[in-house]
Formats: sequence, C-alpha cells, structure tokens
Amino acid sequence: MHDSRPERRVAIVAGLRTPFAKSGTVFRDVPAVALARHATRELLYRTELDGREVDEIIFGQVVPSVLTPNVAREVSLLPQFLPSVPAYTLNRACASSAQTVSNAADQIALGHADTIIAGGVESLSNIPILHSARFSQLLVEAGKARTLGTRVATLARARPRDLRPVAPAIAEPSTGETMGQSAEKMAKENGISRDAQDRLALQSHQRAAAATADGRLTAEIAPWFGGAEMDEVVTSDNGIRPDASLEALSKLKPVFDKRYGSITAGNSSPLTDGAAAVLLMSSAKASALGYEPLALVRSYAVSAVDPSWQLLMGPAYAVPKALERAGITWSDVGVLEIHEAFAAQVLSNVQAWGLREWAERLGLPGPVGQVDWDRTNVMGGSIAIGHPFAATGARVVTTLANEMRRREAQFGLLSICAQGGMGFAMVLERP
Amino acid sequence: MSALKTSVENGIAVVTFDLPGESINKLNAAVKVEFEALLIGLRDDAAIRAAVLISGKVDTFIAGADIEEFTALTTRGAAERLSFEGQELLSRIETLAKPVVAAIHGACLGGGLELALACHYRIATDHPKTQLGLPEVQLGLIPGAGGCERLPRLIGARAALDMILTGKSERVSKALRLGLVDEVVPRSILERTALVAADRLAREGLPKRSPKTGVQGFLLDRTALGRRLVYRAAEKQVLKRTGGHYPAPQAALEVVRVGLEHGITAGLSEEHRTFGELAVGDVSRKLVQIFFASTALKKDDGIPPGTAVPRQVRRLGIVGAGFMGAGIAGTAVLNVEVDTRLKDSELTRVGKGLRAAATILTERLQRRRLTRQQFERLNGLLSGSTDYSGFRRADLVIEAVYEDLALKRAVLGDIEAVARPDTIFASNTSTIPIREIAAEARHPERVLGMHFFSPVDRMPLLEVIPTAATAPEAIITAVRFGRRMGKTVIVVADLPGFWVNRILSPYLNEAGLLIGEGVPIGLIDRTMTTWGFPVGPVALLDEVGLDVAQKASKVMYEAFGDRMRPAEAVGLLLGAARLGRKSGSGFYRYERGHKKEPDPAVPKLLGSREVESSDSTWVERRLVYAMLNEAAMAWSDGVVRSSRDGDLGAVFGIGFPAFRGGPLRMIDDLGAERVVETLRRLEDQFGPRFSPAAALVDMADRGGRYYPA
Repeated sequence: MHDSRPERRVAIVAGLRTPFAKSGTVFRDVPAVALARHATRELLYRTELDGREVDEIIFGQVVPSVLTPNVAREVSLLPQFLPSVPAYTLNRACASSAQTVSNAADQIALGHADTIIAGGVESLSNIPILHSARFSQLLVEAGKARTLGTRVATLARARPRDLRPVAPAIAEPSTGETMGQSAEKMAKENGISRDAQDRLALQSHQRAAAATADGRLTAEIAPWFGGAEMDEVVTSDNGIRPDASLEALSKLKPVFDKRYGSITAGNSSPLTDGAAAVLLMSSAKASALGYEPLALVRSYAVSAVDPSWQLLMGPAYAVPKALERAGITWSDVGVLEIHEAFAAQVLSNVQAWGLREWAERLGLPGPVGQVDWDRTNVMGGSIAIGHPFAATGARVVTTLANEMRRREAQFGLLSICAQGGMGFAMVLERP
Repeated sequence: MSALKTSVENGIAVVTFDLPGESINKLNAAVKVEFEALLIGLRDDAAIRAAVLISGKVDTFIAGADIEEFTALTTRGAAERLSFEGQELLSRIETLAKPVVAAIHGACLGGGLELALACHYRIATDHPKTQLGLPEVQLGLIPGAGGCERLPRLIGARAALDMILTGKSERVSKALRLGLVDEVVPRSILERTALVAADRLAREGLPKRSPKTGVQGFLLDRTALGRRLVYRAAEKQVLKRTGGHYPAPQAALEVVRVGLEHGITAGLSEEHRTFGELAVGDVSRKLVQIFFASTALKKDDGIPPGTAVPRQVRRLGIVGAGFMGAGIAGTAVLNVEVDTRLKDSELTRVGKGLRAAATILTERLQRRRLTRQQFERLNGLLSGSTDYSGFRRADLVIEAVYEDLALKRAVLGDIEAVARPDTIFASNTSTIPIREIAAEARHPERVLGMHFFSPVDRMPLLEVIPTAATAPEAIITAVRFGRRMGKTVIVVADLPGFWVNRILSPYLNEAGLLIGEGVPIGLIDRTMTTWGFPVGPVALLDEVGLDVAQKASKVMYEAFGDRMRPAEAVGLLLGAARLGRKSGSGFYRYERGHKKEPDPAVPKLLGSREVESSDSTWVERRLVYAMLNEAAMAWSDGVVRSSRDGDLGAVFGIGFPAFRGGPLRMIDDLGAERVVETLRRLEDQFGPRFSPAAALVDMADRGGRYYPA
C-alpha cells in the first residue's frame, strides 16, 4: 500500500471541551447548540485565534435537534466568525467528532482549507420526542386546513393511542439489539469476566479522578456558567467517582441479562451531555501564526462489521489499518486512547489485538499488539468521564495530543467503536 | 441647486427630496419655497394625476425642521408666522385635488412627520432605521405645522398624545398598528409600491380610515366625555414628568384639546400661537442650546482634528466583573457589538458579571428592542474567564476593579504583560489620578481614564481622562468608543474628581452639613427636585453608596482642603452599617430595593434634632451655590476644555436641570456679579467654604462671561 501521508501536514493546535455531565443534570436545560458554541468560542479565546482565520467548521451530532439540524452552522454563525464560513454536521455515530477531525485533516491536506474547527456535541437531555406517525400526519393535515372548523375536525380524529410519544431508543435499526445487549453478547462470546470489566471501570474512575485533581483533565475543560444567576460554575465532569471501589462495582446488578449477564451501569459509559472542539491547521499556517502544534495527524482508518455479529468490534479492524497507513507498528505507539463505551467492548478489542487467531483472520503476519495499560487511557476514559456520543472523538483527540506532548511520545493511537458496527482509529505524531 | 426633483411616470409625479450638501433632509425656508412652486406645478399640470414624495437620502426621509432657523427667531410674532406658514403649506398639500403618497424610509421626524401626515397615504419601509415621531417637546416646542391636529384625527387622542407629549419615536410595526402608516413594505419595493398606490388612489379615490380601536377605545377617543378623561390622565402624567419646569407638553395637550373640541381651525390657530410663545421662551432656548452643544460635542474627538485616527476596537477586555464592569460590558455589546471578554479573580464573580451584562440585553429583548436572533448574536459576544485568555487580541482594555491604586497598577502590569504593546488601557476610576495608575507603565501613552457612571446602561455621560503622556490615538479611540456606546463624551483633566464628581462633591457635602444641622432629609431632597434635579442630594448619596461617597469625599478633602471637609453625617451612618440603597438602609428606608420614606432612625443616629421650620430658600441657595462656585473653580483649573463640555457634563452626568442650561450657563444668566454677591453673603453666614472663586470675582470685576453674550 502506498504511503498516504500528504505533502501538507495537518497540525492539531489545541482542543477544548465543556465539562461532560450526566444527562438530566447540570445541562438539563441547555440546548446542544449552546454547548457547542461555548466549547468553540472558548477554544478561540484560549488560543487567542482571530475567528476570521477559520475557514470551515465541522461538527458531529448523533441525535440532532429537529430545530437545529445543522448545529455546526449555528456554531459558525457565532459573531466571532465571518458569516461566510461554511459549516456542516455529520453523523458517524460515536466516532462522529473523530470523523470531523479526519475530514478537517483531509480538507487541509488537500489545500482546500488552512484552518478548521472540528468538534462534536450531544445533549441526551434534549432528545427529540416524536409523535406517532398517525398523529404527525393529522398535525400536518390540520396545518393545511383552510378553516378553523376543518382544523378542529381533523385534530378530533386523533385517538388516545395516537398521542403516545415515541422516544428514540439506542438500538440498532438493523438488528433491534440495544448497545448494551450487544456488549453483553460480546462479553459472553469473548469470555470477558465481570471482574475484568469492573477492574477496568475502577481504573477509569481512579485515573480520571487523579487527572481532575492535578488539573491535567480540567485543563481541557472550559468552565460552564450555569444556574439562573450564572454563578453555579461547572469546572469538571460530574460522572467521575473518586470514591469508586471494586467492592461497590461488583455489587451492581447486570442491566441487560439479569441472570447470566455482566454488563452493569458501573462498567458502562453513562448517557452524557457535552461538547468538544479541536482546532486544526496546516503546519505552515500554524507556524505563520506562531502556534506550536500539539501533534500532527499521521493517518486514520474506518472499518465496519456486520452489526448482527459483534457490534462493537470495529476497532479490531480499524487499528491495524491505521497503523499500516501510518507506516508504523504497534511498538512505535507511545500513548494509546481507547474509547470506553463498555468495559466488555474495550477488553474484547484489546484481546483481539493480542490474539494470533485474529491476526490470521485479518491477514496479518502476527498479532497487532499487546496493550500496555501504563500508556493507555492514562487519564481514564468514557466510563468515568462520560460519553456524549458525538463529542467523544474530539475529547479523545485532545487528550491524546496533550498526553503525547507531556510524554514526548512520537506516536499516539486512538480507537473508537461506533454504532452500526463501525470502528475508527487514528495515528497522531509529534511534530 | 434645488432640493426637489420631479420626474413623471405614467401620470404620477415622483418628487425626490434630496437637500444639496447635507447628509439628511430637513425643512427650511428655501425648501418651503420649492414646495410652494411644486404644489402649483402639481395642481396645474393636467398630465399629472397623483404624486409620490420620496427621499433621496440614505436613511432619512425628513429629519425635521431646520432648528437653526428657530434660533434666529427673535420675536414671538416671527415664530408664530413661521408656524402659520408651515401650517398653510401643509394644508395646501392636504387639500390638493390629486392624491400625494409619502414613501417613507428612515427618520421621519418632527416637521417631516407633519408633512407625511398632510399627505393622503403613507407607506413605510420595514427597516429598523425607519422611525416616526414628533420630538418637538424635547426642544421645548410643540409640533407647529398641523401635527397637533392631524395626528389625533388619524390615530386617536390617546395614541397621539402619547407620541406628542413624550416626543418619542415609534418603529414601523407600532406605526402600522396605530394606523400612522397605511402600508409597510421592504425597502426594495418602496417606490414601486408607492407608484401603484398613487395610481390606485387617483383612480379609486382616498381610502376610508377610522382609528383602529375597540369599544373602550371608541368611548375614550370618540366621545367628548371619554376624551375629558384622556386629557386629565395625560395632564397628570405630564406634571409628574416635567415637575412643572417644562411648559411644552402641557401646552401641546391644550392645543390638541382645543383642536379636538373646537374644530381644526381653532386648533391650528391655537397651535401657531402656542408655538410662537414657546419658541422664543427661555426653556426652549436652553433646550435648543443644549441640543446644539451636544451636536457639536459629537463632532469633537478631544484632540486637535487630524492629529490621530481612532483604532478600530474589535475586542474589548474588561477586568473586574462587578456591577460597573458588567455594566460596561453589557452596554458595549449592546451598542457597539464588540467582542467582549470579562475577567475577574473568581469564576462565580465572572458568572455573575456575565449574567448582569446579559441582563442589559435581556431587558431589551423583553421590551422588543431586540429580536431573539439579535439577542442571541449579541449574547455570543459576551464571555469571561479568570485568566487573561482572549486579552492578547484586545484593542481596548477597561479596568473596573476596586478603587485601590496598587491593585489597579497590578492590573495594568498584567495587561502590559499579556496584551499587545499598543492595547489601550483605560481605568474606570472615579477617585484615583490616572497619572498615578500609569506611573509604572511601560507604555504610559496607552493609558487613560474612562469614567462611566452607574448604572452604565442608563447614565448618558462618559468622562475621558488623558494624562500628559497619553497619545492622541488613545484619546480619540476612547472618545469614539464611548460615543458608539451611546454616551455623551467629555474629555476632562486628570485632576481629583475630574469634572462631575468635582462639582458634585461640595453639593453633596453641603447636604450632609444641612442634615447635621437638623434640616429634614425630605425637605432637602424636595427642595432640589422642585428646583429641577431628578433626585435630591440625599437620595443620591444613598444611591451612590455611602461607602463610595465617603471614600470620594476623603480624596476631595485631601486635594482641596477645608472647603471640602466631609460632613459627619455620612460617616455616622456608615458607622451604623448603613451603606445606602445597596444595603437596604441609608438616609432612607428601602424595601426590596425601592426607596421608602426618610428613615426615622437617622436623626437619633446623628444626635441631631430636626429643625421644625427650615427655610427651603436657604437650603436651595447653599446647595446650588456650593456647586456653582466649585464649577467656576474647576473651570479655571482647566478641568473641562470648554463651558459647553462643563454644562453638558453637569446636565448628562448629574441631571442638572436642562432648562437651566448648566452651572456655567446659569452663572452667565445670573451675572457673575450677582453670584459673587450671593456667595459673599453665604460666606458671612456659613463660613469660608463659600468664599467665591477667584475667577468669579475677576469675572464680576471685568463683566466677563462663560459664553459669548
């Protein structure tokens, strides 16, 4: 395969996010667009970048608001940007803002742009609740009615069962299986024990708590001014439990298979609200503006598996592809960030990377590599920090880039599993 | 060159009003002559069926009559004639057998609206710059070209009085609702629509109109009894607002009443008679002077013209997110639409500051001065932090931290470290000399004072204070920025108290002394509101905050010695933990922030017995002359650059009664000699603090004045 590294190198200048908050808590009344705008605007101020330098804004959102379906455009219409800055919103499920980063990198590499803000936002406190199809049809019909009488008559045709609201579920449309059921299936098929899952969850909380306490994690967060008087300031993620213990985790009941299951609320990522944004530039532009990039984008890869098989196994395929495209091997990777949708999913992928059978299946000469936890998810992961679907990718990119600088690691790798059986991997390198 | 250009299209004359050499259209004698000729032409040209009147200016239809012409009027008779001739001209438009359509975009004010009212049909654009109003009372006048007659007939007595008596402008949406305009269209099709309307009116005749009111409206506007109630309510409101000092609204009410009750002829005659009386009256003269002075000040950048160009302020940094900092932030965002970053030491303070700044926007949203979309956009300009992120690109930084020299110097040091070397640094201090703050600056040429008044969004004055080292570019940048914030900006010298607090200090102090002598608080304040101030000195002390007042008076005492020796009253109240309104108690009692009666506990606190029969004449004289004398001293110290600045500063900074023109104008009106005489008498009776300013004595000797006679 040819070396796909472009002539124009793409720099990750900085990343910033809102605090991540469990849905229904501090961001309960905050629309997603406000979170996205906050992260983006604060990113501008932190980097002292003139908004007029930005060529494009790309955001990911998995559950968009019906009223602002293109949330990125609402962000790009912040008065700090030129109104001529185009923007689009994409959906690659939980890898959405990893995808916005790679799209941005592609555009910059191609010379279509010099400066792009790529991010993602999710508010699971503000999901659209739908009407039944029949009631929706009646509403449309009534809206078209010419007289009040017809309108009333049309609406009068609604029956109580038509009024039942429909909330979107986090289930695979193709299989009807929820994410949790898929994770449960993976734990069983791959032989991931409850104890191993709880230990990973514990590590996630302990590391996130430590990184919050020493400021490594909060440095990536723009404080949010909440409450009616804006004096309830949120500076960190509210799902992290510094007091988490194996004992407490082991007492939780499995959610999806009460009898033989091992997936609990404790070893899964919670429903979360939040936004994250990453500033990317061509390295020439970055140095012209006096920025010292955190990292350069080296390669990325996306894979997909049949959702009816092991839904969250995508990274097992994406990671070797990304490494190959980067022209490096597993041992070159100094820092690894794995998105933790479920501990069972992380451990399934980790296991796969280390197995000869998997390597054969992938047509590789040997296993991808063994995960060294001292270099992996060093500030915790989505189980503790939270997982606002489309914001996670940008969070992971930022954390990885910052950690690579701290450790002076030449290469860093990130891996994200996504709904639909997809996996996303990206290799960053220090400039 | 003519102001009116006519082209004829399909039998419709399009008359374009474009006053040569001016950026706006106004009605003057020459234009009137042109209109006379135009009307004859329209009447006699058989090929013309109707006419459209439209403006050739960017965002003005007609801004009103040329006020310069009013000032030239010396006699009541001449003023009456001016009004009468205007009435006649507009009557000729109204009675023209061919329909005239006013196509209105931009300001349509005063005589401009009266002209539009005389037309047969009005179409306005939906642009925010399109505003309709009769602001004459704001200059102490009344609409004198039939406006007092035509407006109530078109939109009803209540709505018309609401506009005429307050002088406020209405936006298009309201104007349409009131029936003031017949159609509202986008600007792009204004002329086309007007042509179609003119053609339609020529063919089908004039539309039937009736004021858009319900049953209650019918009873109030269309019956004699109902109108009597309306007049009575309006009169009550007028008295409340003017305190009886400004005759114009009351006179306008009477003109409207005569017109509605006794017919249009009687009304018109009452209108020009009243206009004549008011136009040469003292109040109108003063208000017009202030209008001209403000207009001139708006063109004065505080530096010799052409010596520097203002920096474009794209980002504003504000240090200190307290009440002042937040007020400056909110007002700047609202009026200048500038990217504004607020910094304070604690996140909760930042949040509260952001919230207070946003409240300024929210209020406008609630009053529909802003649309939801405008609000969101402006709100997007407001942000804050505990670090100096966002300050590197600031063009202007205003500090509003505590009044503490070391702290302010530290903030300036921070800014010099994080911001560009050409970032302008302004201190919003009221008591600390700017040169002291700048003493250790690496770039003192970028440092000056911008003294705002509280609450920032409502107080119209800004003092800009350069030091000897301040660069002209910094001065003009601050002045222009303040002006864009909607402020009247005066450039004043870096001397204690600057201008406003300098002349206010002895006045407030005198109030404190009066309280100490046992003069009832209510009497002191009533005396001064009767004299024309919006609030009395004691209520003002409570408003400012007694802690702030004491700090300021200490600074003034240190600078000016005995004549500013602080009265004990304020200190005694502070000793009892009374800080004024903000603490819920001061000289007055407050309930949920609302002022109630003078606190009966105060005399006991002060150990004074209230004097039963205090003579309000002496109260007034002591307070007023303390201020006049200090104004004279500050003027000769060179605190203000002109008498104009000094008087505007007093009117807009402390609500000095506009009908008195300002302290310096007042000295001129009284005569320096008489002022010195009164001060000498006060000095004999109350002590050397009333010793007349040397400059005043000199002026009295020479027969000098502040303004040319």
